[in-house]
Amino acid sequence: MSKQPAAVIGVGQTHHRAKRDDVSMAGLCREAIDRALADANLGFDDIDAIVVGKAPDLFEGVMMPELFLAEALGAAGKPLLRVHTAGSVGGSTAIVAASLVQSGVHKRVLTVAFEKQSESNAMWALSVPLPFIMPVHAGAGGYFAPHVRSYIRRSNAPSHIGAVVAAKDRQNALKNPYAHLHNKDTTVESVLASQMLWDPIRYDETCPSSDGACALVIADGDTANATESPAWIHGTVMRSEPTTAAERDQVNPQAGRDAAAYLYRQAGITDPLKQIDAAEIYVPFSWFEPMWMENLGFAEEGQGWQLTESGGTAMDGVLPVNCSGGVLSSNPIGASGMLRFAEAALQVRGQAGEHQVDGVRRALGHAYGGGSQFFAMWVVGAEPPAH
Amino acid sequence: MSPSEARTLSAPVRVSFDYTRSVGPVLGRFFDGLREGRLLAGRTGDGQVIVPPPEFDPVSHDAVTDFVEVPDTGTVVSWSWVPEPVEGQPFDRPFAWVLVQLDGTTGPFLHALDVAGPDEVEVGQRVQVRWRDERVGAITDIVCFEEPVEADDEPRGVVADDADAAPGVAAGGDATPLITPVNLAYTYAASPEESAFFRGLQEGRILGQRCPACGKVYVPPRGACPVDGVPTTDEVELAGTGTVTTFCIVNVPFMGQKIKPPYVSAYVLLDGADIAFLHLILDVPAEEVRMGMRVEAVWRPRDEWGTTVENISHFAPTGEPDADFESYKVHL
Repeated sequence: MSKQPAAVIGVGQTHHRAKRDDVSMAGLCREAIDRALADANLGFDDIDAIVVGKAPDLFEGVMMPELFLAEALGAAGKPLLRVHTAGSVGGSTAIVAASLVQSGVHKRVLTVAFEKQSESNAMWALSVPLPFIMPVHAGAGGYFAPHVRSYIRRSNAPSHIGAVVAAKDRQNALKNPYAHLHNKDTTVESVLASQMLWDPIRYDETCPSSDGACALVIADGDTANATESPAWIHGTVMRSEPTTAAERDQVNPQAGRDAAAYLYRQAGITDPLKQIDAAEIYVPFSWFEPMWMENLGFAEEGQGWQLTESGGTAMDGVLPVNCSGGVLSSNPIGASGMLRFAEAALQVRGQAGEHQVDGVRRALGHAYGGGSQFFAMWVVGAEPPAH
Repeated sequence: MSPSEARTLSAPVRVSFDYTRSVGPVLGRFFDGLREGRLLAGRTGDGQVIVPPPEFDPVSHDAVTDFVEVPDTGTVVSWSWVPEPVEGQPFDRPFAWVLVQLDGTTGPFLHALDVAGPDEVEVGQRVQVRWRDERVGAITDIVCFEEPVEADDEPRGVVADDADAAPGVAAGGDATPLITPVNLAYTYAASPEESAFFRGLQEGRILGQRCPACGKVYVPPRGACPVDGVPTTDEVELAGTGTVTTFCIVNVPFMGQKIKPPYVSAYVLLDGADIAFLHLILDVPAEEVRMGMRVEAVWRPRDEWGTTVENISHFAPTGEPDADFESYKVHL
């Protein structure tokens, strides 16, 4: 049986900040939800089910927060699901919500993802020492920095490529009123001059720690057709792989390559660089832009950095990447993946405001999590899918 | 001790953090009320009066904005006896958890009741709040419920219908963040395969195991090969020499950090192993550490050894020529 058509008809997000101490977790989620419902011109009574996502519970110290949040999320008397795939969770959550519509189970599903990083300290939460092993772990940056070094060695990329990405995304963020960082003076030179935190990753090449939420309303074809500018879902995919395995490729993970191939097949894409007009890619450390360009098939292996260096991923480039400013400019971890999916939807709906790229017909949303072991992606389009 | 316990190692882990709760405008008002020794309820669209006030109306879904002050007296609607209190509970002696319908409210409120035994609790019992003398705007400002000081048989109505007008109650809640210490104590158990590895370290040996399906040598050994799903089996004793595949220099200090930065955290591919493991590189300036550098294990003094990877203090350069990139590139 083929899937039912589904589309994003409402998008909402919070103003992401280091500390949103003006709101509780419930209030943070509702800020995004209320905007998404208003955008969809729907109320809670129109919603059939709610799907919520967030990253590990240690980040806020609340076990299973979906339980106490249920009423605030409008879930009383309705199905409420929680999704958990580490940093990719925002993307996976949107995909689970979409699948409830594509399967014909529900017609209108509300999905929300959040993180309130100010309630604790993610670096601490990701580095809790375990017995018997060497306590050399140093947060996400410490985990990913060696793999960035491997990428640089394998691709012979010049050392300033990470700074090119960081400067681009921070400049893009100036066009996004919701972005956490609005650092207008960030340049390649200023990034290169910033402190080396996890060599080879510099301070300005890392994402901030943010409070924020994102919400989407995903609806069936009939509902979507009655709205002005639905973002039609052309394909979704999730893939995972072991964190560590002998000879596992940590730079260009198999799961990411397989996911992209399957996604493009669903969406009828044979030349992603030509057929995708904008992409929101999960780049928490700047070097992951060229790495994911290769993993996602936008560049040959070892050549992703050339696409970045040539300006190909800038807003006026062949493939504008992270016009919203990306994870490098706002990182409410659990919400970050959904923000990528949401920004892709905004681009095809023509509603991305100042960071809108002209004439986007198809856009990619992407998220990854854990030790580059969970991948979630979707392609959305301005037109309904052909098949 | 069961056989499986005997062959696996375990150790206590304690995780604790003082979380910062930003409580938002509605609960902020409730906590401000507690600081003043007042109980604030929220009134929902369908006329329910609830303590603590819900942030969002469960029926209309709107933010709750209608507050009433209610008396600190009420009636027990259900209870449960706690014969053996645990750390962090309101009392270190036996007590009751009670659901109390506070006068003027339509739903129950959970707290402790301080009575000597379960025969002193019953449904329908009248109780009142025992307030803490020094209040900070937290639920613990209520010590517990207790029997009313004076005879009190009749439920009372709300104290103030418009909580904004009630003296001493802040209009918007000052939303002071609450600091909430959270402690988690558990026992970490290593798998049988890892336990054999850690016990080997106690004897100064590095013991890997080979997957019987793919033939790859894992160090530490695995309960399930990540590719084939079967336990690694044939033991392979590894030399303490290997190659740095890749690494990072940690310059950033953080809470809970065990090693003083800067330090080099490196993946070391031991000779004869098919997977690299994370360790520390010392005895060489951080900026001189290279991919491909040949290193060897530097063990702590034997009398400091335990069942831990920390028996190996660090890895240090051997002085051999660097390994050829081709020899380790599939391990990146």
